[in-house]
Amino acid sequence: MPSGPALLGLAILAAFVLAALFADQIAPNPDTQQLLQRLDAPSLAGGEHGHLLGTDSLGRDLLARVIHGARVSLTVGLVGVALSGGVGITLGLIAGYLGRRWDRIIMRVADVQQAIPALVLAVAVAAIVRPSITNLIVVLAVTTWFTFARVVRSEVLSLREMLFVESARVVGASDARIIGRHILPNAAASIIVIATLMVGNLILFEASLSFLGVGVPLTTPTWGRMVFDGIEYVATAWWIALFPGLAVMLTVLSTNLVGDWLRDALDPRQRRR
Amino acid sequence: MYLFQRLVQGLLVLLGVTTIVFALTFVAGDPASTLAPLDTTPAELAQFRHNMGLDRPVPVQYLDFLVHAVRGDFGMSYSSHEPAMGVVLERLPATLRLTGAAVLFALVVAIPLGLLAAMYHDRWIDAAARFSAFLGQSIPVFLLGMVLILVFAVGLRWLPSSGGESWKSLILPAISIGSFSAAVLARLLRSSLLEVLSQEYIRTAYAKGLAGRTVVVRHALKNAALPFVTMLGLQVGFLLSGAVVAETIFAYPGMGRLAVEAISRKDVPVIQSFVTIAAVIVIVANLFVDLVYTRIDPRIRLS
Repeated sequence: MPSGPALLGLAILAAFVLAALFADQIAPNPDTQQLLQRLDAPSLAGGEHGHLLGTDSLGRDLLARVIHGARVSLTVGLVGVALSGGVGITLGLIAGYLGRRWDRIIMRVADVQQAIPALVLAVAVAAIVRPSITNLIVVLAVTTWFTFARVVRSEVLSLREMLFVESARVVGASDARIIGRHILPNAAASIIVIATLMVGNLILFEASLSFLGVGVPLTTPTWGRMVFDGIEYVATAWWIALFPGLAVMLTVLSTNLVGDWLRDALDPRQRRR
Repeated sequence: MYLFQRLVQGLLVLLGVTTIVFALTFVAGDPASTLAPLDTTPAELAQFRHNMGLDRPVPVQYLDFLVHAVRGDFGMSYSSHEPAMGVVLERLPATLRLTGAAVLFALVVAIPLGLLAAMYHDRWIDAAARFSAFLGQSIPVFLLGMVLILVFAVGLRWLPSSGGESWKSLILPAISIGSFSAAVLARLLRSSLLEVLSQEYIRTAYAKGLAGRTVVVRHALKNAALPFVTMLGLQVGFLLSGAVVAETIFAYPGMGRLAVEAISRKDVPVIQSFVTIAAVIVIVANLFVDLVYTRIDPRIRLS
């Protein structure tokens, strides 16, 4: 049973996922400009036109844009983790299981990538390739795979020496069977924890890149870009930048809460830390 | 011997970094067509390629790139037509000051927070520390930066919201960058202190009548220092990433903001120099961590 904070995280994530899935039904027109309602405050803070989160400098409803922004963030977070994890887990398995030359090559590449700050590399590459969500996801996977690879490799290295893996080999199990039946299931706990935390990291990355104006096309509503657009007006219309910023923070906070709970739940040694 | 090994390793990693940096030229597409004016004829384009050496085989270009890179020559900035590395290095001190201030902030927050949380394990102080660490780890640099501007620059008018003239303009961006690391370090310090405090020799120290504070500071803190220092080294990359964002928000004249400007102009040599310098900082910081390591733990020096 998840703890209180983890339940809160799951609930927030579920809300964002639903918002992203049904964005077109809940808020059909995130780009509609109502120039007569520019910079209208949130309705609870004295807004005159009944926009719950207010409007931006072009009179677009912020709630609608934040809801649509969830699409980009969650797509990048989830698909990005699938790709980054797919590449990282495969390479980690190869490095740990085949060892020797493969291990050296893969781990040296990981060392090199670790020396370049991830956002710095992502900014450099994303700025150079054509802006699109697909390109952005590939860039993020290329800049983060090694976290998975390192974790999986170290799991494989310790599991490989275990008696039950040894026994499987002795009775003639193929490498594919040993990896699929014995190694991966035992490494799954660590992989799930890393993947959960990585979803939050990638969402943070995407938001930072969008904030800097690279990655996603500028016409797509993203949380990061909305914050950037709002900073200009921060002294007078604080809501434009604040709400999309809070959306990023809530999503990342939720994945961190869930990831932390999973770590405790899946690894009894870590409990009560 | 240990340090020498790490130095060689660092140089090899740097060689790998230059390979990635070199590859950036090709990710960008044909540099000739990016650089040449729009009305260039194909013949002129070919001539241009030849002059730039872009018609040579890739391995030859790479070696040429390396030979120049070793001397710090990454070509001319496309926009200012000055040496790209020089343009970036000019902004380096400002970024080092900013990240230095961020490290200082992270340490000043993380050490007391981690210590208190461990000493008052499972009490309200612990819960409050863990909660703030969670927040610090989840808040994006741009959101924290904006809130700080709103409160301390717009509202209270205590600190400037932009620029880099005085030490005062360092405070807000340093806090926005450093709070993530502060949170990570506080959590790590807390959990490694709790781990150490459950060891036998700590019980011995208590048993021989030492005061609680002495035990924590003299015995536990010393042993919790190793993972802490390692994590601090790993934070350097995050701090530099954060600096790129914070320098943009606070209009701070560092190399991160320069890089963001270079990106909008597709100024590849400047981007390449920036990525290389960022990697050099990370590598040097980790060598420094290794050095501190050998000071703290004699086992590493002797083995």
